[in-house]
Amino acid sequence: MISLEHVLVVGALLFSIGLFIALSRRNAVGVLMGIELMLNSVNLNLIGFARFVEAPRPIDGQVFAVFVITVAAAEAAVALALAVAVYRLRQTIDVDRLNLLKW
Amino acid sequence: MQALFENYLAVLLAAGTGCILVITAIIGAKLLAPYSPNREKATPYECGMLPIGRVRTQIHVRYYVYAILFLIFDVEAVFLFPWAVSLVQAGEVALYSMIVFILILGFGLGYAWKKGALEWK
Amino acid sequence: MTVAEVVFYLLALLSVIAAVGVVTVPNVVHAALFLILSLLGVAGFYILLSSEFLALVQVLIYGGAVATIILFGLMLTGGRDLPAVGPGAQWPLALLVSGALVVLLLTAVLNTTWPRDAGEMTLISINTLGSVLFREWLLPFELASLVLLVALIGAVVISSQEERES
Repeated sequence: MISLEHVLVVGALLFSIGLFIALSRRNAVGVLMGIELMLNSVNLNLIGFARFVEAPRPIDGQVFAVFVITVAAAEAAVALALAVAVYRLRQTIDVDRLNLLKW
Repeated sequence: MQALFENYLAVLLAAGTGCILVITAIIGAKLLAPYSPNREKATPYECGMLPIGRVRTQIHVRYYVYAILFLIFDVEAVFLFPWAVSLVQAGEVALYSMIVFILILGFGLGYAWKKGALEWK
Repeated sequence: MTVAEVVFYLLALLSVIAAVGVVTVPNVVHAALFLILSLLGVAGFYILLSSEFLALVQVLIYGGAVATIILFGLMLTGGRDLPAVGPGAQWPLALLVSGALVVLLLTAVLNTTWPRDAGEMTLISINTLGSVLFREWLLPFELASLVLLVALIGAVVISSQEERES
């Protein structure tokens, strides 16, 4: 039988891979992909806890996940619009070369 | 758990059959089709002239605005499904709150419209 | 080994391998396609964890809208034309941080005694989810519409700003 550990292990693996993508990719859209993967593993953990832990209202975890997905969608829209605007201004979205703020 | 699998057996079968169909089509095309590329054939056609520079596909940013609108209203549709199903149970409050929700998002659509983001010049 | 376990391990293999593919593939468009595969694997987990509605939402929003918008973003920013889209200069540091995190999380998960299965749980229907959402979560629901409104206006203004000036 599947237990909570199984779900949490998969969630931890996906979160770490997402973190690695977000930290190491040079393309700004690639960084966004890593963030989406991290948000998904968070959702997976929420659903796992909602399924396996006894609670007065077991549906709350699912409602949480719906709101997380909503916020992730809004974040993706704004982040990609920013990437497009930066590309038109600087002709690159390589985050290693967007270093105006560095000192 | 048993009922779950009975419900989703059809989905699994459809997904498996679809994958097998696509894979056999690709492998069959690889095996059967004649394939003899050369440099001339791979160049993009520009009225017989040799192409200069790299091939670039220009995509207008307007398409992106439409994609954003699609994303936002897709999320709205996600909230509409449980609302429509549970409207009778949840009562009047749910009706009015959904009207407020749609009005707020409709204001955003109206703003984009007024701003001229939906027009093709 | 029950059927549920087999399906679970297959889904875990699919989504983790697809996530590793996002890291290792040099072409960023292929990385986006691997990301979609991984997210669809997560949708399979949702069905397995008896939340049908979340699987529907996942396929609808991530498989449809977010995939479209990421591919559009890649096309508009010349994703194919970038010479090197692989890992940047700080990838060893990133590997160190995420490796440390995965070790920490796995030891924490495996050394804790989690509560056992909460019994046979039936599928949560969309009906019950809707009535909870519109009774207990009414204010967050309205706030979500404001978040979406701000994102919509912000994205439209930011992405079409340059054009108006020229």
